[in-house]
Amino acid sequence: MSQAVLAVAEQNDGVFRKVTFEALSAGRIIADRLGGELAAVVLGHGVQAAAADLGRYGADRIRVADHPALAEYLNDAYCNVLAAVIEAEKPAVVVFGATTQGRDLAARLSARLNAPLAVDCLAIQAEGDALQVTRPMYGGKLLADVRLEGPLKLVAIRPNAMPITPLEKAGTIAMVAAEPGRTRTVFVEKTLDSGKVELTEADAIVSGGRGMGGSDFSVLEALAGVLGGAVGASRSAVDEGWRPASDQVGQTGKVVSPALYVACGISGAIQHLAGMSSAKVIVAINKDAEAPIFAKADYGIAGDLFELVPLITAEIRKLKA
Amino acid sequence: MEIVVLLKQVPATEAFIEIADDGVSVKTQNLKWVINPYDEFAVEEALRIREAHGGTVTVVSVGVEKTTEAIRTALAMGADKGVLINDPAAQGLDGLGVARVLAAALKQIAFDLIIAGQRAVDDDNFLVGPAVAEFLDIPHLSMVVKQELQDGRIRCHRTVEGGTLVVEAPLPALFTTQRGLNEPRYTSLPGIMKAKRKPLETKTLADIGLAPAVVTNRGARIAAFRLPPQRSGGRMIAGDSAQAKAAELVRLLHEEAKVV
Ligand SMILES: Cc1cc2nc3c(=O)[nH]c(=O)nc-3n(C[C@H](O)[C@H](O)[C@H](O)COP(=O)(O)OP(=O)(O)OC[C@H]3O[C@@H](n4cnc5c(N)ncnc54)[C@H](O)[C@@H]3O)c2cc1C
Ligand SMILES: Nc1ncnc2c1ncn2[C@@H]1O[C@H](COP(=O)(O)O)[C@@H](O)[C@H]1O
Repeated sequence: MSQAVLAVAEQNDGVFRKVTFEALSAGRIIADRLGGELAAVVLGHGVQAAAADLGRYGADRIRVADHPALAEYLNDAYCNVLAAVIEAEKPAVVVFGATTQGRDLAARLSARLNAPLAVDCLAIQAEGDALQVTRPMYGGKLLADVRLEGPLKLVAIRPNAMPITPLEKAGTIAMVAAEPGRTRTVFVEKTLDSGKVELTEADAIVSGGRGMGGSDFSVLEALAGVLGGAVGASRSAVDEGWRPASDQVGQTGKVVSPALYVACGISGAIQHLAGMSSAKVIVAINKDAEAPIFAKADYGIAGDLFELVPLITAEIRKLKA
Repeated sequence: MEIVVLLKQVPATEAFIEIADDGVSVKTQNLKWVINPYDEFAVEEALRIREAHGGTVTVVSVGVEKTTEAIRTALAMGADKGVLINDPAAQGLDGLGVARVLAAALKQIAFDLIIAGQRAVDDDNFLVGPAVAEFLDIPHLSMVVKQELQDGRIRCHRTVEGGTLVVEAPLPALFTTQRGLNEPRYTSLPGIMKAKRKPLETKTLADIGLAPAVVTNRGARIAAFRLPPQRSGGRMIAGDSAQAKAAELVRLLHEEAKVV
């Protein structure tokens, strides 16, 4: 039985996502437990220079699959190349970040390689030949300990849930075959909202609900700004057309795990809680002192958000000055 | 256009989920069941595509007798026929197992396009759609908020972190839904009446040519369910003024919680 672990790095235009380093750190722990080596693999085009970074988080070796056809993520080309890397590296465990890309790639590979997959893992433990992971189910209303069995197991870790541990290794870099093989999906174009902190990666999130009363979220944007975080929304705020669907936090929106979540004018419906209850610290601001959100928050302030949020922003600014 | 929707019946999102005595399943007696919200988007999109391009919409589900209610709801929305795979050996499978069953069922159904949810809000596997596509050897596109069909190809806008990608694939293909794709229609009384007469076929694994042993070896198994850690909760910040409350909150976030 193989003891090797492979961590799949995710980059966009040569910049690694934070969850890549979380996946490497998690992979290092599993590899040590199994007594094997940790390899990192990065797929893309023109990514050799960035690849060296991966050695700083515990990778024993780094595999770079470079090809023009890998410049943009397409699941068929990425799946073909990664399947070949797995074939060569023969890992017991492959760790992905549970991003839109990581989940998509891991799901297709799981079927191709007949390897069990668990997504959104919050914790991973190697136990002999099996792997036990903890992941939320029922929209976070329950945690499940899931046992993965078989010669190859795939896990995708939830962004922001596991620590990054810098660990300098030799990290020898080698180019590997990057044959895109048969591909049917074609990239047409990509539109990115530049400068926006991605909700699932943000350390701080300030969310607004129906209590915002309109599309002016500037008080929340100011607070998110001093916190270096992002603005989220409840489904009501999205349904009202005040915020884009991509800002929605909850069971049918994004599931987030920031260090700080500030819920403003949000009542605390179970579907909203499903998306944010794994935040480290939750603050609720609501003018209704009986709002259910207060029972789920670490700190609550009963009052008008339009009065309180600017004062909080000013206090934090003072603190940081 | 032959369109297939993969539909799962799940507990309503507002349901309070309790762990059953065995510790590895949930109590199902008093739950309200609904169509998985993402699959509702799939049904709606399938109906819109049929309205624009003609064809049939077939809803396929792996489930139990009760699942017929969810399929009938989809038929009442306007889908043409339903197929339920109900077999003791197909209960409690992991995501790959379900995908294998669905792929086998789809070998007996004509399709140009398959639509699935990005995830089922009970198991939250994020797996079944892409896995079915792989087993059927067709391309798939995930988390789609907009699609266009033209000349035997599908072009999809799919959401990614901080933006949107436009990708394209030839049919037959599978795509999974994301919120923003559409607003599902309600069922109407005439729709519900009509649905009662629409074909809903129930099949066993043998009927779709699968030996139970092929699907019963589960590689991902729930060892235990737990409740997530509960917050001590609800420390209300006191103060004489909004200013005093704001200052106290920031002090606590800085000194106690250490998050700012
Ligand atoms: C299938 C399904 C899926 C769903 N998925 C999601 C999901 O993913 N995410 C989600 O969020 N919801 C989801 N919902 C909706 C959910 O049930 C609630 O309806 C929604 O979360 C309520 O949003 P809200 O808290 O913003 O609005 P409300 O419940 O209306 O609460 C508004 C709050 O603002 C407070 N308020 C008003 N003015 C002020 C002020 N000036 N200052 C301070 N406080 C103020 C009020 O006291 C109130 O508590 C889903 C529902 C269904 C049926
Ligand atoms: N038992 C099932 N029957 C039919 N479709 C299913 C079933 N389970 C999952 N699916 C489909 O696969 C999608 C993703 O489910 P999952 O991978 O389990 O999160 C769902 O939204 C459905 O479209």
